[in-house]
Amino acid sequence: MDFLRPASWEEALAAKAEHPTAVPIAGGTDVMVEINFDHRRPEYLLDLNRVVELREWEVGEETVRLGASVPYTQIMEELRTELPGLALASHTVASPQIRNRGGVGGNLGTASPAGDAHPALLAAGCEVEVESVRGSRLIPIDDFYTGVKRNALAEDELIRAVHIKKADGPQQYSKVGTRNAMVIAVCAFGIALHPETRTVRTGIGSAAPTPIRAKVAEEFLNAALDEGGFWESKKIITPSIAKQFAELASGAANPIDDVRGTASYRRHAVGIMARRTLGWTWESYRGKGRSIEGVA
Amino acid sequence: MGSTRTTGVPTKLTQGSKTKGGIGESTLRPDGTLKVTGEFAYSSDMWHEDMLWGQTLRSTVAHAEIVSIDVSKALAMDGVYAVMTYDDLPAEMKNYGLEIQDTPVLAHGKVRHHGEPVALVAADHPETARRAAAKIVVEYKELPLITDEASATAPDAVLVHEGRTDSHMSHVPHPNIVHRQPIIRGNAAEAAKKADVIVKGEYTFGMQDQAFLGPESGLAVPAEDGGVDLYVATQWLHSDLEQIAPVLGLPEEKVRMTLSGVGGAFGGREDISMQIHACLLALRTGKPVKIVYNRFESFFGHVHRHPAKLTYEHGATKDGKLTHMKCRIVLDGGAYASASPAVVGNASSLSVGPYVIDDVEIEAIALYTNNPPCGAMRGFGAVQACFAYEAQMDKLAAKLGMDPVELRQLNAMEQGTLLPTGQVVDSPAPVAEILRRVKSRPLPPERQWESSEGADVRQLPGGLSNTTHGEGVVRGVGYAVGIKNVGFSEGFDDYSTAKVRMEVINGEPVATVHTAMAEVGQGGVTVHAQIARTELGVNQVTIHPADTQVGSAGSSSASRQTYVTGGAVKNSCELVREKVLEIGRRKFGSYHPAWATAELLLEGGKVVTDGGEVLADLVDVLEDESVEIEAEWRHRPTEPFDLKTGQGNGHVQYSFAAHRAVVEVDTELGLVKVIELAVAQDVGKALNPLSVLGQIQGGTTQGLGVAVMEEIIVDPKTAKVKNPSFTDYLIPTILDTPTIPVDVLELADEHAPYGLRGIGEAPTLSSTPAVLAAIRNATGLELNKTPVRPEHLTGT
Repeated sequence: MDFLRPASWEEALAAKAEHPTAVPIAGGTDVMVEINFDHRRPEYLLDLNRVVELREWEVGEETVRLGASVPYTQIMEELRTELPGLALASHTVASPQIRNRGGVGGNLGTASPAGDAHPALLAAGCEVEVESVRGSRLIPIDDFYTGVKRNALAEDELIRAVHIKKADGPQQYSKVGTRNAMVIAVCAFGIALHPETRTVRTGIGSAAPTPIRAKVAEEFLNAALDEGGFWESKKIITPSIAKQFAELASGAANPIDDVRGTASYRRHAVGIMARRTLGWTWESYRGKGRSIEGVA
Repeated sequence: MGSTRTTGVPTKLTQGSKTKGGIGESTLRPDGTLKVTGEFAYSSDMWHEDMLWGQTLRSTVAHAEIVSIDVSKALAMDGVYAVMTYDDLPAEMKNYGLEIQDTPVLAHGKVRHHGEPVALVAADHPETARRAAAKIVVEYKELPLITDEASATAPDAVLVHEGRTDSHMSHVPHPNIVHRQPIIRGNAAEAAKKADVIVKGEYTFGMQDQAFLGPESGLAVPAEDGGVDLYVATQWLHSDLEQIAPVLGLPEEKVRMTLSGVGGAFGGREDISMQIHACLLALRTGKPVKIVYNRFESFFGHVHRHPAKLTYEHGATKDGKLTHMKCRIVLDGGAYASASPAVVGNASSLSVGPYVIDDVEIEAIALYTNNPPCGAMRGFGAVQACFAYEAQMDKLAAKLGMDPVELRQLNAMEQGTLLPTGQVVDSPAPVAEILRRVKSRPLPPERQWESSEGADVRQLPGGLSNTTHGEGVVRGVGYAVGIKNVGFSEGFDDYSTAKVRMEVINGEPVATVHTAMAEVGQGGVTVHAQIARTELGVNQVTIHPADTQVGSAGSSSASRQTYVTGGAVKNSCELVREKVLEIGRRKFGSYHPAWATAELLLEGGKVVTDGGEVLADLVDVLEDESVEIEAEWRHRPTEPFDLKTGQGNGHVQYSFAAHRAVVEVDTELGLVKVIELAVAQDVGKALNPLSVLGQIQGGTTQGLGVAVMEEIIVDPKTAKVKNPSFTDYLIPTILDTPTIPVDVLELADEHAPYGLRGIGEAPTLSSTPAVLAAIRNATGLELNKTPVRPEHLTGT
C-alpha cells in the first residue's frame, strides 16, 4: 500500500487524477476501520491531512461552506447556531477522540447509510462541492447518494467542502443505538423547519440502502401546515397530523434485519423519532420550547 | 530455605496494626496511575531484538473435514520464516485443555468451530505474516452442524468428539454432553402438593464475552538449553505450563514463564490462547516470536460465558414459604470442553440460590456443539442460574401478592442452612440483611433529567443520541440477590505457594514476596504487600515478578486469590516471623526475660511484646542474615458431588451480594438507562477497602452489560460469529454506568485468613437480574431473555 502525501489541494487533485483508485484519508476514523477489518486493501491511500484549507469554514449570507475535514468537535462547538441539526448529529458521533479527528467529508466519501451526518445534511439542505483537475462542481445532496456505500463522485474527484443552508428555523436530530453513547446507528432521523420557505425537510439514516428523505411525509406535512395556517398561527400541531407524519416517515424507511436491529424495529423507531423531533422543533418554533436541543 | 506444607493454619489476627500500609488500609495500587496515563507496559508492548511476528490462520467454517492444506505460496514469500500445521507438531501430545485434553494445538483433519486455529506463520513483519497466512489454501468439506440440545442429542447426531475417553464419558447420557450433574434432595414431587401457588419459567441467557481490553499477546524466546522463555498475559502460569510443555515435547523446567502486563481477564485467560503457538514458532525458527491478537481475533481467541437455557419451577405456600424447586439448566459449551464440567457443577449446586428449599430436583448439563467454545467467566455458572431463579422469585411474589423483597427475606438462607448438596453453610450468610440494606436506601429523585435549560439527555435513555426529552419514559425498580462459591470446588486441590524473604537492605528491614499469582487488575500485588507489612512489621515490601520459578499460586479466578494466595503469603510471613524471632531469642534472649515469656510481635521494624515493650530492632536481629521460606497453603478440603444425587461438601466458602436497580425505560423506543445500582455485600474483612469498592462496582457494571447490551451473536444456520468487534459487541460506556452506592458488611468467616470473603464475582450475579426486574417493573413485560433488546421492549 502506497501512502500519498500531497502538500496542497492542487497536489491532492493531481494525485487523485494520476491514481483514481487512491482512497482519500483525513481523520481515518472510517478508512482505518475498514483496513483493520481487512474489508479493503487499497493500492494507494491519499492523505489529506496536509491540505489545511479542508479544515476551514466560512459563514456566508445563505450558507456555511464547511471544509470536508472540519472535525465534528468544531462543528459542535462553533457552528451550533448556524448548523444546529448537524451539531446535534456531530454530538452522537462515536467518542470525543473520534470527534476530534473525523469530519463530514469522510461520512460523504464513504456514503454508508449509517453515517451520522447524513440525516442532518438532508434535512438542512446542502450541496457538496467536489473538485478534480478538470474543474469544480456542486452536487445537490438529494443527488449525492447513488447506492449502498456509493456516491456521485467521479473517480478523479475529491470532496472539497459542503455548502449547508444556514438554519432559518429549529432543527433536531435523533439516533437510536443500543448504548447511551459511542454507538453506531440502528437508525437515525433529522428534521429541519424552514419558516422562510414554509417547508419542512427530513433525513433518515440506517433504514434504507442509502440515506434518504421521507419525501411523502414532508409533502403531507407541508400541505397540512399550509392548509391549516400553522406557520402563521404558530398553534400546536394537531395530533392527527403529527401521527400521520410519523406513519409516513416510518413508511419511507426500507430497512433490513441485521445484527444491530430488525427491520420492523427500525421502521417503528423512525416513526417515533419523526413524531418526537417534529414536536420538539415545532415547540421551539412556537417559542415554547425551553431549548431547541437536548442539553449535554 | 525449606518448603513446608501446612493445612489450615489458624487465622486469628495476632499482629497489631501499628505498621503503616498494612491490611485494612486503602493503599494505592502500583499500576493505577500508569494504566490511567497510558504508560503501563502490557504484554502487547514487548519487543525483542531480531523478533518475528506470529500469525494464526483460523477456520472460516464451523464444522468441516479438512480435505487439504497447501502452504507453498505462504512459504515462498519473502520474510516468511516458518509455516506450521498439525503435521509439524513436535511431540506425541498434540492436544491441550484445562481438564479434558480435547483441544488440538492446530486442527487435525477437522475443524469444530468458526475461528479454530489451523496453521501458523512466522514472519519478520506482522503484515507479511498476515498476508502469508491469507495465502494458505485450506479445502474444507462441510459437516452437519450441532448448534443446540436438540441437534446434539438427536438419534443420528454427528458426534463433535468421537472416541471420548474422559472421566465424564461414563456418566453422560450422550457423547455430545460434556458433563451432567443432578442434585436430588427430599421429594420435590411430594412437596409440590403442599404448594398453594406454583410458577414456571423458561429463561435464556445470551453469550457474554469477557471483553478484556488488552488482547491476547505474548513473546516466546528460544533459550540455549533447547527450552523456551515465555512472557505472557495469563490467569494461571502453572496451569498453562502443564499444558504447554507436553505439546512442545519439553520437560516443564525447560519452559520458563513470566507474567507480563495483563489487560484484564475475567476468566477469558484461563485457557491457552497464543502461548503454545508462539513457543512452537520460536523453537522452530530459533528466533523470538511475538503474537498479538487484534480485537477481531480476540473474539475467537478465548472462550466466552456459556449461553444457557434454564427451566424452573418453584412452589410456595400462600404465606410465601418455598415448598420445592425443580430446574433444568442446559449450558452450551461449544466445540471444546474448557471449564464446562466445573461450570456445570457450579450451576447445579448454586441453582437454588441463597434460599432454603428442602425438596429439590436439579439437573445441569453442558453440551458439545459447533458453537464457539465457552468456559470461565466471572460468576462461572452461578450467573446464569441467578438470572433465572431471581426472575422466578419476582413471578412468585406477584402471584402471591407479596412484596418481592419480603418473599426473598422470608426464604433467605443463613448460617447453618443445609444446602441441596447436604453441605451446611458454616459462616455468616447475611442474605436477608443485605436485601434490607439496599431496600432501605432512599430512591434517587424522579425526573432527574429536567433542568432549567431543557432536558439533560445524559440522564435519559438514549443518552447523547437525543432520542427522548422525557416522552415515553417510565421508571422501574427491581431487586436481586445471589450466591457464589469462592475458590475451586468439588475436591480440587486448591493450594497456593508464597516465598517470603526478610533481610536488611541499606539499614532497613525489607520483605520480598514472590508468588506466581497473576495480577490481572484485581489488586493482588497491593494486598500482598499489605499482608507482609502487617505480618512482618516492615514498611518496605518488594513484590517479585510472578513467574514459574516459584510454586503454583492457582488461578486468578473464582474470587479466590486474596483468600488463597493472600493466605499463602500470610502463612509464609508467619513462618518467617517465627524464624526471625528464633534468631532474636538466640542473640538477645538472655538480655530480657520477655523473649521467653511474652507473646512477641514485629511492628514498626522492631520486635515488641504484646504489651508494647520494644525488645530489639529488626536490623540488629537480622544483621546480614536473611530468612526465606517458600510454603504451600491450602484452604479446607472439599469433596466431589455424587454423580447421581449431587450430595457432597463441594464448596469452601460463599459470597453474597444484593442489588437494587433503578431504571428509566423509554417504552416507545425500547431504550434503557440504568439510573442507580445500589449494592450491599458481605466481604468478611476488607483488606483494601478501595479495591473492594472497585471490584464491586466493576462486577456490577459487567452484570449490567449483559442485562442490556452485551451478546455474542452466533448465526444458528452457520454457527458463525456475527459481531466480533467493539462496533457491534457493545460494552457499557461511562454514560451507561449508573451511580453505584456500595454498602460493605464485614462479618468474619472464621475459617478464612483475616476472616475475609472472596468478593470479585458475587456483584456480577445479582446485578443482571436486578436490572431485568426493574425493566419488567417499568414495562410490565415478562422478559425471559437477557440481554434485553429494543425489539423485546417494543414488540417489533
